[in-house]
This record gives sequence, structure tokens and C-alpha cells, in this order.
Amino acid sequence: MNMEYLPMGGSVKMVEETLKLAYGETSEFLKDKRIATVQSLSGTGACRLFADFQKRFRPDSQIYIPVPTWANHHNIWRDAQVPQRTYHYYHPETKGLDFAGLIDDIKNAPSGSFFLLHACAHNPTGVDPSEEQWKDISYQIKGKGHFAFFDMAYQGFASGDPEKDAKAIRIFLEDGHLIGISQSYAKNMGLYGQRVGCLSLLCEDEKQAVAVKSQLQQLARPMYSNPPVHGPLIVSTILGDPDLKNLWLREVKEMADRIIGMRTALRENLEKLGSPLSWEHMTNQIGMFCYSGMTPEQVDRLTNEFHIYLTRNGRISMAGVTTGNVAYLANAIHEVTKSA
Amino acid sequence: MKPHDGDSVFAHIPHVPEVPLYAMLVAFSKDPTPLKLNLGIGVYRTEDGKPFLLNVVRRVERLLVNDMSTFKEHLPTTGMAEFNRLSAKLILGADSPAIKENRVTTVQCLSGSGSLRIGAEFLAKHYHHHTVYMSQPTYANHPNFFNAAGLAIKTYRYYDPGTCGLDFQGMLEDLSSAPSGAIVLLQACAHNPTGVDPTLPQWQQIRQLMRSKGLFPFFDSAYQGFVSGNLDEDAQSIRLFVADGGECIIAQSYSKIMGLYGERVGALSIVCKTAEVASCVESQLKLVIRPMYNNPPIHGASIVAAILKDRDMCNEWSIEVKAMSDRLISMRRQLFDALRDKGTPGDWSHIIRHVGMFTFSGLNPKQVAFMNQEYHIYMSSDGRINMAGLGPQTVPHLADAIHAAVTIGV
Repeated sequence: MNMEYLPMGGSVKMVEETLKLAYGETSEFLKDKRIATVQSLSGTGACRLFADFQKRFRPDSQIYIPVPTWANHHNIWRDAQVPQRTYHYYHPETKGLDFAGLIDDIKNAPSGSFFLLHACAHNPTGVDPSEEQWKDISYQIKGKGHFAFFDMAYQGFASGDPEKDAKAIRIFLEDGHLIGISQSYAKNMGLYGQRVGCLSLLCEDEKQAVAVKSQLQQLARPMYSNPPVHGPLIVSTILGDPDLKNLWLREVKEMADRIIGMRTALRENLEKLGSPLSWEHMTNQIGMFCYSGMTPEQVDRLTNEFHIYLTRNGRISMAGVTTGNVAYLANAIHEVTKSA
Repeated sequence: MKPHDGDSVFAHIPHVPEVPLYAMLVAFSKDPTPLKLNLGIGVYRTEDGKPFLLNVVRRVERLLVNDMSTFKEHLPTTGMAEFNRLSAKLILGADSPAIKENRVTTVQCLSGSGSLRIGAEFLAKHYHHHTVYMSQPTYANHPNFFNAAGLAIKTYRYYDPGTCGLDFQGMLEDLSSAPSGAIVLLQACAHNPTGVDPTLPQWQQIRQLMRSKGLFPFFDSAYQGFVSGNLDEDAQSIRLFVADGGECIIAQSYSKIMGLYGERVGALSIVCKTAEVASCVESQLKLVIRPMYNNPPIHGASIVAAILKDRDMCNEWSIEVKAMSDRLISMRRQLFDALRDKGTPGDWSHIIRHVGMFTFSGLNPKQVAFMNQEYHIYMSSDGRINMAGLGPQTVPHLADAIHAAVTIGV
């Protein structure tokens, strides 16, 4: 048991295993040492380090953020003093992706803009592009020389298969982008409070990766000197042992399957109640969150009349749904939406 | 796989050279000589030169592992409430009026470093004066935290190489001429890198001067217990300031005093005039923390809270702190005696006058380089020695090296 300081860049073992998850077990980029990586304070810390890095080295750039996104994304880039713009993402009418709007915004953004993309299980909407759509997005982003930064907080948690959930990233890598990735073990390993994550930037070559890593460390140093040792020890022990890794993969799939099961159950319950609305989006969307489409007033009724607590944008955290409460929830949603 | 077109958007980025101290540590680890000494580190070591995992910490780790009722959910942005409460008590005293009056807001941060940065960011955002005065010299990383927050740095005289002691007059003069409202960074005890602390009467004078000039105290407490072996005694400087009812900021670290280095456990406390202000301050601190890392790591704080809330474990811990402090004092004594016995020219009494982990030996960079070359002694070029890097068997070797460096007239 050793509580000595980690190097500024964090746990080497943890970082190695984490890169394999994102870039692929046998990724050439790993072999060629082209990835600049530092352990970060979960996904938040990775995004903040990247935002600070972007500010320092591309001071004239701006970040394009999807509408909507996780609220803290705005705070992070604001505190890093990087100007923000938004791009179309969620389509309220279809409760799906505003693909045309998204592509338009990519095309209209000045060349070399920075785009924040959710790799899978978009928070808060649960709406992810299809594989075909990702290929198009990659093509358009490449055409404009934009920089793609992926926030991947739910790898494994979305479909149950970490490889599948990394598909968007792999498409971009295949297409030759030099991307950045924020990874988090908060949800997919349940390590929330341990604050374990990783920031990586794919570089042209090993020399550049070394230089970029040194600069990332330089940004982390006046923030917390070096990152915590405990959480990464858990991660590297699990991922470094085939049996433990398999156990983890099973447990991740269980978590994802339970969520998917609850989506199905909630939708079926609502349909059985004879809801006049379509609840297809509930099973089309993926990951922890469902953008239900309910209005703030309907949400208020859920809270006041049925003691159901959710954010007023209608976002349901499917993790809060269980076999024990899904019927109650469906009934309540039906009550407040049936005359909509 | 398609090749990437065009340069990386970060192609122009230069490589940051390694911090000299870290480069030195790498050189030490690569040195094949059996008799080598690492006196440049900033961590405590046993007399065998090994890392020290406190027994009470080991005990708590076992308890935590076996406690099936715990989860690893997110802490609140302000951290673990119990940890915060206990940390404030530790530094301010169990009977502190400021705590009783709810005038203290404490947030868990990533060790002393994180506390300093969050404190700096908070001041940059909400305090009317944007200059920080720090001692000359000070801990190498201090300027970085404040620079990163956009605050300007100035220094006040502190170390007198002539006496190897405190340049008290110089310090008072420089603080006197600081503009009213300026922030002043003070090391609560066991000054890093010099080992020179003001006496309590001197602290009183510093306090009086600062209060009369409206200078804002920012304490860095990384070594509580390492000077006298007594936790309350080593917090006196801070408690003097708090006792006068005035405001201050305190950054606390558990890295050395509980051996929790890599867990990154610390606390930032802001002592305010009123409870209302303290409450507002806490809400604003959250806004600084959230976009940085959302909430702090849970593990280290769990260990600290478990120890501090249990009388037996807290007792056990304070005994282990005293043991560490005693060992440092013993090494100082042994080194001084060895130099005296060798008849090494010069006055080496500062070695036993200095306190805490470090001593400014008075050796110059040429002498340090000589000792590195000929005796495989690794230390920073400013002559700072970490006494924890010494053991009874290695003191003679260091004494030989110092003797040679001084007599050969390097």
C-alpha cells in the first residue's frame, strides 16, 4: 500500500489501460506513442484541462457546444475564458437528432473551429447520431478543418459494449482526425467520488505528444500538483487482470441492460395506459437520460402531485426507475400528459 | 486508415523542460552508487529511507475496505461535511469562537495545492486587491497557484543568509510598505524551504502590523505537528490571527502530517466576520470548484475523517506525528554533532535552530554540485536539505560531504 505522490501525469498503468478502451486494444497510435495523455479529475477535470489548454495555445479559437448539453460544459469553458458558440443538436418535434441543423452549423462555423461532441449517450437528451450520421459528421468536420473534442463519460454504459460505444471515436480516427478525448470512470465503473478520468490528445508524432503532455502537466500543476492515487489503482487493477476485466464488462452490461429494460418497461406501461402520445423516443434514446418531451408545467405537476422529482427540462434519469416504481411513474406521466 | 491532412492545430507547442527538482530525483534514481542520499525530496521518510505509511492510516484503510455499507458516490462540491468540520477544528482549535459562531466556511480541496488554487481563484474573483506578497524565498510552486488565478506576485524579505535566520526587520518593513488590502501569504509553521519560523512574539507583531494596514492573511499550513510534535502548538500563528476577530484564509494539507500524499487531501477554510458572509462565501466557492473538477476525491477524506472523529485513533495519530517530528529533530542534532566533531569550519547551529522538515544549509550551488559529484548527495541548488532524507547510518556520509565541500574551498 503506497500513498506516495503520483507523477504529474498520473498513474501510468491506469492511463495505458484507459487509452486502450478509447482508441482500441491494438491501436497503432498507442504503439507509435502518438497520444499525449494525463490522468484527470474525472471527466470534468479532463474537460477543464483541455479548455485551459485550448485557451493557452489557440487563444483565438472558440468552442462549439451542442444544444442542449450538460450544464457544467458551459461553466468549464467560460471559466477557461474560451468564447462559446452553440450548434443545433436536439430536435424537439421528433425528440431525436436535428441532423440537418447540426451539419449546417458545422459547415457554417469558421474553419478550424473546435467542436465538443458527446461520444455516446448524450447528456441530457439520450439522443445519439447513428453510425451513418457519425460518418457524415466526421466528413463535414474534416472538410472544414475543425477540431473534434469528444466527451466520453458513458463508455460501456450506453449499449453495454464499450467497443460499440466508442464507435464514433473510431470513425473519426479512421478518417484521420487528430482528436481530443475526455474519459471518465465515474459511471461505468461506479467510481464517482474517486474522480478518475483521463484527457488524451492524438498528435502527429511521438515528439509532439511528449511536448503536448508536458504542457498539459504544466496546466495541472497549479491546479492540484498531481492527481489522486486511489481511484486509478482500482481501475488499473481491474483492467490489468483478465478475470477482473471480464467481471467488469459483465457488470457494465448489467447496468446498461437494466437501464434499457427500464426504458422498454416505461414505454410499454405508457402505451398500455392508452397514452395518446408517442413514446418511441424513450427506447430510441440511449444511456442514462431520457428527454421525455414533458413541459416544465407537466414536470411541476409530477413533483407536486406525485412526488416525482426530475429536472424541469423533462429529463428523466432512467437510473432512478426500477421495477418497483415504473408502473407508478408511467401512471403519473400519463396523468399529466393525457390531455396534452 | 486515412492519413491526417495538414498540421496538427497544436504543432507549434514547445516542450516544457522538467522542473529541476524532478529532474534531480530522476538522476538520483538512476545513480548506481550504493551510498547515495536523496535530500531533495519534499516528503517524509523513515530512517531507512522508506516511505512511511502511518499505522493508524493502515488501520483505517482496513476498516474502510471491510465496511460494506459505504459507496463511492459523488461528494458534494464542497466535499465531505464531516471532514470539513474536523479539519476546521484541527487547525482552529476545538473551542474556537469563530467555529462556534459559524463564521468559518471550510471546503475540501486537493491537498494544499488545490486549496491554494481555489483560494487564489476566489480572491481573484471576489477580493478587491489583486496582489499577493510571499516570502523570499518560498515554496517553489507558490507563485504558480496565484499566477494561474491572475493575481500579481510580490515578495517580502524573509530569510537572512547572514544569520541563517529570520530577517524580521526586513519583513516588517516590506509588509509596512505594502499597499493596504494586499494579500499576504504566510507559512503557518515549518517554513519551506528555509526551516525558519517567526517566534510567537514576532507573530504577534506581524499580526498587529497586518491588521493595522488591512493586509489580508492567507495561511499555508502543510506541517502542523512537524515543528513541536504538538498539533495545537504548531497552529498558534493562525490562532493568534483568528483570536482578534479578523478574517483570513487557510490552506491545510494532510500530505505530510498524515502521510496521505497521493490521496490529495486538504481543506480551504475562510474565516469571516459573520455567519451570513461565511454562508455566501461557501456558495461562491462552489462556483469556482464546479467548473474545475466538480467535487473532490472521496478516499483520502474518508481516512482523515475516520481518524479525527475517533478519540483513540486521533491519539494514535498524534503520537505518530510526534514520532516523525522527533526523528527530524534527532537528525538535526546528529548532523550538527557530526559537523562539530569533525571541526567543520563555520557556524552550523542553524541546523538545530531551524524547524520542520527542511533546513537551508547555507551551502552554495557550487558546493551542492561538488557534493553531488563526489559524494552522490542530491539536494536542491539553493542548499535546502530535507532532514527526513537522513538516517543515523547516513548522517556521517553527509557530514563528510559537507566538510569536504567547505574545506576544499569550493
